[in-house]
Amino acid sequence: MSKKQVVTILILVLLCAAILIFPLMTIRDSEFGGADGQAEEVIAQIDPDYTPWAENILEPPGGETESLLFCLQTALGAIVIGFGFGYLVARKKYRAEEAV
Amino acid sequence: MKTKFTRPERRLLAASCAVPITAALCTNAGAMHIMEGFLPQGHAIAWGAVCLPFVVWGLIAMRKIVAQHRKAVLLLAMMGAYAFVLSALKRPSVTGSSSHPTGTGLGAVLFGPAPMAVLGMIVLLFQAILLAHGGLTTLGANTFSMAIAGPFVSFGVYRLCRKLKVNRLVSVGIACALGDLFTYCITAAQLALAHPGEQGVLASMAEFLGVFALTQIPLAIVEGILSAIVLMMLESFAKPELREIGFLQKEVVKA
Repeated sequence: MSKKQVVTILILVLLCAAILIFPLMTIRDSEFGGADGQAEEVIAQIDPDYTPWAENILEPPGGETESLLFCLQTALGAIVIGFGFGYLVARKKYRAEEAV
Repeated sequence: MKTKFTRPERRLLAASCAVPITAALCTNAGAMHIMEGFLPQGHAIAWGAVCLPFVVWGLIAMRKIVAQHRKAVLLLAMMGAYAFVLSALKRPSVTGSSSHPTGTGLGAVLFGPAPMAVLGMIVLLFQAILLAHGGLTTLGANTFSMAIAGPFVSFGVYRLCRKLKVNRLVSVGIACALGDLFTYCITAAQLALAHPGEQGVLASMAEFLGVFALTQIPLAIVEGILSAIVLMMLESFAKPELREIGFLQKEVVKA
């Protein structure tokens, strides 16, 4: 990767971070609950008689366990991506003819 | 990637298409970001049935990639992992609520939309079973929005942008962002169809769009940017693979 590309990537990452941080800084009185929870409320509002007819088989007992499982999901994905890029980067580095 | 089907595969695909027609027999029903139990049975089953041909098509396409493009398997796995990671990250948005991106757009741009139907469904299954996020009864509807409709839009938008001679990275960014956004529009439509209330489907859809789409706009932009970054890295490190799946070669010919 050229220096220019690295700089571009860094700028883009910062931009992403800015987009995500902006609401956290500007909206003070919100817990940032999930949008699907809000949808539940909307359903309760327009369709008050509706009762869900199925429940999740495994409901994480609390926020901590749920965050564990979400971390697990991210970690599994990150391992594969990291492995992939590690492999590709090393291959390019050690095999001169690949560097087309 | 364009897939040509062999005879047994075509038959399998046709058989799977028969299922939506005889939808009553279908048990594969569910959805992604729609909460467990929040779609009436009929809807849940119908969405599952609609998804089935796509998932079968996706499986066939994936088998083909594994058989003919051995080199690209790593790339395919990385695309799956990318969707895995992105859909686990709930992010704050301007509406004061959180939502997460889908991550299925990039894979659709590289491999075509079909394999993403399978990869996306795996993500949804994981979240539905372990995380109580989405649900098994809503798996079909959620697969349709996140793993089928979104990727198809991404793929189409990417092709369109390239035709219009937009820079490749910019095209990928736009394609992934729009695919992500479209996923949530579909979710809103699905919920509106299931819960029209007294105000009718359209008014109800506007309400759900307000919940999902508004939250999603900044996140969609972030997904677009991230996808472009990943592609930028892939372009400098994985050229042989990208040529192998026809992603780069075609570009060279066109340009």
